[in-house]
Amino acid sequence: MANPSQVDTSKPLEYQSEDGKLKILGIWAFLGAEIVLFATLFATYLSLHGQTAGGPTSQDLFEVKEFMIETILLLTSSFTCGLAVMEMRKGSKKGYLCWMLVTLLLGLGFLVMEINEFATYVSEGAGLSRSAFLSAFFALVGTHGAHVTLGIGWVLLVLYQVYKQGFTPVTARKAFITGLYWHFLDVVWIFIFTAVYLLGMVS
Amino acid sequence: MEHPNTLKKHIFGFLWSLILTFAALLITLRTNLPLGWKVTIIVTLAFFQLIIQLLYFMHLTEGDSKWIQVVNIVYGLFVAIVTVAGSIWIMLYNTMTH
Amino acid sequence: MDLFNFKKPEHFFVTGEPMIYMADVLIVLTMLGIVFVLTYYKKWRWLWDEWLTTVDHKKIGIMYLISAVLMLFRGGVDAVLMRTQLALPNLKFLNAQHYNEIFTTHGTIMIIFMAMPFIFGLMNIAVPLQIGARDVAFPALNALSFWLFAAGALLFNISFVIGGSPDAGWTSYTPLAGNELDPGPGENYYLLGLQISGIGTLMSGINFLVTILKMRAPGMKLMKMPMFTWSTLITSIIIIFAFPVLTVALALLTMDRLFGAHFFTIAGDGMPMLWANLFWIWGHPEVYIVILPAFGIFSEVISTFARKRLFGYSAMVYSMVAISALSFVVWVHHFFTMGSGPWINSLFSITTMLISIPTGVKIFNWLFTLYKGRIRFTTPMLWTLAFIPTFLVGGITGVMLASAPADYQYHNSYFLISHFHYTLIGGTVFACFAGLIYWWPKMFGFKLNERLGKWSFWIFIIGFNLCFIPMYLIGLKGMPRRIYTYPAGLGWGTWNMIETIGAYLMGIGFAIFVYCIIYSIRHGERDTTGDPWDGRTLEWSTSSPAPEYNFARIPQVNEIDAFWYRKRNKAMKVEESKPLKPIHMPNKTGLPVILSIFMFIAGFGFVFEWHLIGIIGLLGVLGCLAWRSLHEDKGFYIPVDIIQQTEAKWKKVSARGKSITS
Ligand code: HEM
Ligand SMILES: [Cu+2]
Repeated sequence: MANPSQVDTSKPLEYQSEDGKLKILGIWAFLGAEIVLFATLFATYLSLHGQTAGGPTSQDLFEVKEFMIETILLLTSSFTCGLAVMEMRKGSKKGYLCWMLVTLLLGLGFLVMEINEFATYVSEGAGLSRSAFLSAFFALVGTHGAHVTLGIGWVLLVLYQVYKQGFTPVTARKAFITGLYWHFLDVVWIFIFTAVYLLGMVS
Repeated sequence: MEHPNTLKKHIFGFLWSLILTFAALLITLRTNLPLGWKVTIIVTLAFFQLIIQLLYFMHLTEGDSKWIQVVNIVYGLFVAIVTVAGSIWIMLYNTMTH
Repeated sequence: MDLFNFKKPEHFFVTGEPMIYMADVLIVLTMLGIVFVLTYYKKWRWLWDEWLTTVDHKKIGIMYLISAVLMLFRGGVDAVLMRTQLALPNLKFLNAQHYNEIFTTHGTIMIIFMAMPFIFGLMNIAVPLQIGARDVAFPALNALSFWLFAAGALLFNISFVIGGSPDAGWTSYTPLAGNELDPGPGENYYLLGLQISGIGTLMSGINFLVTILKMRAPGMKLMKMPMFTWSTLITSIIIIFAFPVLTVALALLTMDRLFGAHFFTIAGDGMPMLWANLFWIWGHPEVYIVILPAFGIFSEVISTFARKRLFGYSAMVYSMVAISALSFVVWVHHFFTMGSGPWINSLFSITTMLISIPTGVKIFNWLFTLYKGRIRFTTPMLWTLAFIPTFLVGGITGVMLASAPADYQYHNSYFLISHFHYTLIGGTVFACFAGLIYWWPKMFGFKLNERLGKWSFWIFIIGFNLCFIPMYLIGLKGMPRRIYTYPAGLGWGTWNMIETIGAYLMGIGFAIFVYCIIYSIRHGERDTTGDPWDGRTLEWSTSSPAPEYNFARIPQVNEIDAFWYRKRNKAMKVEESKPLKPIHMPNKTGLPVILSIFMFIAGFGFVFEWHLIGIIGLLGVLGCLAWRSLHEDKGFYIPVDIIQQTEAKWKKVSARGKSITS
């Protein structure tokens, strides 16, 4: 472990301690692993997309309006999250907290819509066990949703710490890292939007 | 350390991601391009969005370890593409099963 | 999914097998024995403070190694049981079901719970010392990796007394491993045991990547790192990008089995072959994960005992980089015979053959390092010298298998079995022995007895070849793998008997090795200098065992084999005149153990489909994570006078040691 109290003040707060640098690099490596994790789920979904066992197909299920709203919500939340980190670098605790709360609300809105979408499918008889296609759909989109849920919890913990302690090299690093994670979830969603929803409308 | 144009960068990135998203939507639903074309175009657009997020929002090229971070992401994408393309090829385009 | 369904499986405790009753008795006795010893000698506190909560990479390494040797024993017993059953035609020693269970647990344990922790153990011991660091980048995470591995291994291992062992092979192919053909907890144990330890492995990968990239001593450029460190770096990269595939594949099959999904079932339009595809996307990189560190160990041992700098350093590095990329594009060679068609098979044949090129380059480099070296035949060196021809055979038969049309003949025969044992034993296991003996003095401050070590080496090597050369032959004669018995009159009988004798010899070799350890604890030559082999890399520049903080002063590095040159040009003296500073160290923490216990509970719950228990376990895990987020470890400082005392003590002993030997 690197010493968290040695700091280099010429850098943004989150990069000032050696410990912060190590952890930020660690999270990038973790995101590299997450890329492959989601790629495997995509590979599974795309292989099984046509395997509907006589049940509903993606064209039967997906609603353009619904998934567009979900997409816009998440895209916007990624933007506000970026603004929050920008505020943090300016040293504005209030700015950070405000933008992060907006981010969380947007994320929550996304989650509610997704849960609603899943519930609708299940009530139409299109649950996990209906066909290989649906198993793969729930696995991929559900894993993303689970990440968003965990992300919300994690951000809340960090917000609490920033609120209590203000910005220190430690809290700034945490804020930065949760930001990276949040943007990453948006990236994954863009690919879900493309490969699952858009492609699902036409094939 | 803070660049005055960061806000501009963020807004720029956000606008582009909206434009790309809607472009993908329109190309898929409102054009008569063959399926192969549509797939190629919208997947390309998705990769553009990926790059925007990485550069404008995620500060990929920042810090002492920027090269490590870039190589790491490129490596991850390499394995991801091999996994997805390889699996589709093996599972759907093999000549024996089906 | 019914949360409150606690259905009891048909047999909670496995019954009906005398061997298992014996095992039950042994387990209970051993546990009672451990509890008694700990209580009698009042060692509980010591166990908790010194080991369970430690974040010191050297102690974590030792714990990995102890587990790995235990698992080698368990996997070895499995192997000997199988060989006993196959010694003669038509034997009734094991029945078909029992045999299936044993080859499944043998394969899984040897790869996941023996080879992996063995290698992680050696990495933990050596890498931070080799790069002149005080610990890994994330010490608490490192402990968590170990404890998750331990939880996964424990979960997998209790299957044979509680609930029943998995029996669909270490590759767990669907549909055989699906719910219709294989209901019950056995396969669930496989899925959850691997899942839990796999998460730990991924974290280790990240940890070592960051450690090696960011925590090297000043002056140690990437191209000046010791070769074992290089191999660890490349291995970490492969782990980071390969293990998530396993995580997903296991999760999907778990969903099939527990929640009625249809990924790999025939019903519901699933694709059983998709499992094979995903499994090998991880599985092939995995074989390189266990072989590359072995290459690293051999490189260290060869250059130390040939007393020469490693020949072709940069070629070694580039060939590993090439392997890391190529290892991700060859996976189909494991299922050529599933009929993917000529294009797919051809392409993957070619990539597979390509990967043997960088491997060949490395073999030549080792040979050239030996050339004109002043070779010392120590036990680590013997294992290394035996590795070169053995691995060559494994590699060449690999290239034979890589030809898709020919593989229709070899696939799933004993020829294949022999191929991967020549690579895995001849590569990884030999390296584990070599590395363990080589770094043993660094861990414990004394050498293992060379005479006993050599006995165990020779007996093992003879046994190994007796066991596996005939397998190539009977493989070509058509004997398939994974059969529990065979009729007489096929010409396999004699060879099988020879193989069994070989297997017993390997068992004896292992037993002698264990005896060698016990013997050396009392009589082994003490290492007072910290540098028992006249080593070349930084781990030999500090005392044996290394102090908690590894280095009193972080060394300055100018060359490859930094320590070798520093010893000669008196740089040590200059360095020792620099003033000491307080050293910052991480605090111990009990959280990794506690989190892993929750993970174990979750795994156990899901194995029996007691979902409520599973969920409680997972909530516990989340709680631990949240707690950690709120309690950042600030570490502590070791004051200068303590460092001075420790160093002075070592210097005194070492000076006395020198005056005795010279
Ligand atoms: C020169 C490099 C190598 C080549 C060309 C090669 C090629 C192959 C091929 C084509 C197969 C599949 C054969 C079949 O199933 O019919 C195979 C199986 C296998 N190889 Fe290798 N191999 C090489 C090195 C290694 C190494 C270094 C290891 C491990 C340390 C290894 C471990 C295995 C294992 C475990 C299997 C069988 C797994 C199973 O089906 O249970 N190989 N190899
Ligand atoms: Cu392979």
